[in-house]
Amino acid sequence: MAYFHKMNLNELTISPLGDSAILLNFENKIDETLNRKVLRLFHELQKKSFPFVKDIVPAYSSLVIFYDLLIIKNKSPVNKTYLEIVTDQIKNILFEDIEISSLSSRKIKIPVCYSEKYALDINDISKEKKISVDEIIHLHTAKKYRVYMIGFLPGFAYMGEVDERIAMPRRAQPRTIVEAGSIGIAGRQTGIYPFDSPGGWQIIGKTPQKIFDKEKNDPVLLQLGDEIEFYSITEDELTNN
Amino acid sequence: MSLQIIKSGLLDTIQDQGRYGYQHLGINPGGAMDRFSSQSGNALLGKDFNSPVIEIHFPAPIILFQKETIICITGADFSPTINHKKILNNQPIAINENTVLQFEKMLSGARCCITILHDPDLDKWLNSYSTNLVAGAGGFKGRALKKGDILNFKNNFDCKYLAAEKDFELLPWKASETFTSKKEIRFIKGSEWDWLTDDAIKIFAESNYKILNNSNRMGYRLQGDALKVKEEIQLISSGLTFGTIQLLPDGQLIVLMADHQTTGGYPRIGHVISADLSMLAQCNPGNEIKFSSVELAIAEQELIQQQRGLQQMQTASKFKIEKLLSNISTPGGF
Repeated sequence: MAYFHKMNLNELTISPLGDSAILLNFENKIDETLNRKVLRLFHELQKKSFPFVKDIVPAYSSLVIFYDLLIIKNKSPVNKTYLEIVTDQIKNILFEDIEISSLSSRKIKIPVCYSEKYALDINDISKEKKISVDEIIHLHTAKKYRVYMIGFLPGFAYMGEVDERIAMPRRAQPRTIVEAGSIGIAGRQTGIYPFDSPGGWQIIGKTPQKIFDKEKNDPVLLQLGDEIEFYSITEDELTNN
Repeated sequence: MSLQIIKSGLLDTIQDQGRYGYQHLGINPGGAMDRFSSQSGNALLGKDFNSPVIEIHFPAPIILFQKETIICITGADFSPTINHKKILNNQPIAINENTVLQFEKMLSGARCCITILHDPDLDKWLNSYSTNLVAGAGGFKGRALKKGDILNFKNNFDCKYLAAEKDFELLPWKASETFTSKKEIRFIKGSEWDWLTDDAIKIFAESNYKILNNSNRMGYRLQGDALKVKEEIQLISSGLTFGTIQLLPDGQLIVLMADHQTTGGYPRIGHVISADLSMLAQCNPGNEIKFSSVELAIAEQELIQQQRGLQQMQTASKFKIEKLLSNISTPGGF
């Protein structure tokens, strides 16, 4: 029986993610070039709209394709698994020339209030990293961040990479409730909580911007590949928004 | 008015077969925990597999049907009754107006599906009826059902007279296949399986894992001897699926269930095969399970076989329901 547990194709490792999904993995690493490749694959797969593809989950350097076995009518040759048939069908996309530069990214500016009242961990970071609060705000707003992936919660964007000088590990004790709109740092990632939720990221501010709106056709504000900039606002601007 | 919640249960939500196509936005598929039982309920009423069902837990809700319809109870056996008279799982039942469905005690399984011939009058959110409790969207107002909630029926099948003067009438067909509670759960190896030490592989194969109390629709936590990896590697977040067996930093395992996150960074040592997810979904905290490895080809075959069986049942039931409803002009007769 032809069956693979793992297979290398091009620069990708392909493996089953259960019996109805396939995992395409570049490298176990956060890297902008790899993430651009993931994004390109994601767009190509969406464009091709294979009838058997139910869902596609792009991440930092991997992509999962969920497929519906029952829609793959002609299982031929019969000794192949559905996974291999799906792999055969998407192979062409994997080998196509990669034109990652052609993808333009949306640019979004996010207002953030960095006041102590909302920046629950900013003083700890200041002490730990021996850097002033003003400098933390400066460093966080000085960079453009890329949305590498969305996961954890609906609309939660993993953005990177923050300046090494403000990179902080997750809190040892996660909070049971982090308020919606809170801006956090975890390692060299930064993110915004779309909902009140438990969370372990170091909170450095809060945005009045709605990150998730179920009433909208496009409920999620930040999308894969977007370029994000933060700018500082006052407490008044936060609460009057 | 068609159906009213008289008393809410532990967690009663509207679910279908899941919300697919939005995981790249972090919106998880959710859907019925026991896909097989929710599909078989729909199949027995000749409905589309993806039609919404009410998924309930124990303590179960008390539901007043204000209008005649046909219902089917599948999944866990919570000893259902209508107006205090016992009814059976896995068999369509014509019920009269103003009848009360309730559940006496938990006999087997963890989740029960109530399928109704008339679709509840609800709007889909992102192409699915499933309730996403985190986003507060989908299903009934994005939340669990509570006392006083009223679900109106959408379509206008006339089910008068089916139960005649009685409270209900069992219809003359039932499921040949229902969920089985077996201890053995089959899995295929995950992409980080090779990270396990030989000892860990042995422990995993031989252990009886107890499902812990803090298990829910998001995932089942398992208790067993800690599994070790050959070397500690930080895994970058990546996609997951219903049934993924994740290895936590302390060596314990968690199996992801219907409401799992779309991505995660723990090693995926395996994935429960789709055909066995129904059995797992019917396990309660305290139950023990044992994993056994199968090849992907077997997992695929089992899933296809399960789906074919359901399709046959759906085709046959659809024919029977249509016949029943077309004969309805003759009071009391079918």
